[in-house]
Amino acid sequence: MRILVNGTWRETLSAELSAVLEELGYGGSVVTTAVNGEFVAAAVRRGTRLTEGDRVEVLAPMQGG
Amino acid sequence: MLELYQAPLRSRLLLGTARYPSPAVLTAAVRAARAEVVTVSLRRESGSERAGQGFWSIIRELGVRVLPNTAGCHSVKEAVTTAHMAREVFGTPWIKLEVIGEDDTLQPDVFGLAEAARILCAEEFEVFPYTTEDLVVAERLLSAGCRVLMPWGAPIGSGRGLNNLFGLTALRAHFPDVPLVIDAGLGVPSHAARALELGFDAVLVNSAVAQARDPVRMAAAFAQAVEAGLAARLAGPIEPRDLAVPSTPVIGTAFRG
Repeated sequence: MRILVNGTWRETLSAELSAVLEELGYGGSVVTTAVNGEFVAAAVRRGTRLTEGDRVEVLAPMQGG
Repeated sequence: MLELYQAPLRSRLLLGTARYPSPAVLTAAVRAARAEVVTVSLRRESGSERAGQGFWSIIRELGVRVLPNTAGCHSVKEAVTTAHMAREVFGTPWIKLEVIGEDDTLQPDVFGLAEAARILCAEEFEVFPYTTEDLVVAERLLSAGCRVLMPWGAPIGSGRGLNNLFGLTALRAHFPDVPLVIDAGLGVPSHAARALELGFDAVLVNSAVAQARDPVRMAAAFAQAVEAGLAARLAGPIEPRDLAVPSTPVIGTAFRG
């Protein structure tokens, strides 16, 4: 399945958000997610199904002013 | 002691964490500033590089309170979603709310800001809105539920200091009981001292420290400046006058009469 992750098209085997994160190397990372502009809390990633063309944002703490 | 949303703070200097030459310099600068609050942000994380994980470890080791921002957001929707994401990842209801309305000056979109503040305050966020010195906007933000305001001194990163002294003074006078933190545009410690002398409760500084030739020394200088400014405010400065008043007593002056 092709989805847009942080602005880059990625092919994923899984269709569930939590599994996609594992697949893309985010396992164990402190990250927060949004799908198609909507916040998806960590508690519901496991039950969040993605579909072709979804836009996924994976954000982490970063320097800020 | 300053209180921001019931959090007691000894330091009047809040520090940004961006644009330092290295993580080690950032750490040393936060310590030199004696900052108890640092601002942080959220950015896209690469699954292979995981740059954010190292940064987050550094901040946690510092043991300071974090104030996440919504920097880079240009709409209410983006800002609100970013706030939700920040609350989850940083574990704090604090949010420095930025809705940028103009790219050259990074001036806040005050209309979007007020709307986003209303939404987030209703969701029990503790909102620190990055705003202008406009009194009407300030009133709107307070009505939305904000208990702290963060008026700009000058455009972000400009180092120009307190651009609109009259407007900022009016804001301070108009809301004597609201914690006001000057956010953005300060360039040198005297700007920070001036803000505290005028009665502002604290300042937030980033570029002026991070981009200085010696950020750690500059952080210490800003720490001294806010302490001096606060002490001066509490000491009661004299009123400026147009004409000279001799400081040496004139009674008993020689060669007169």
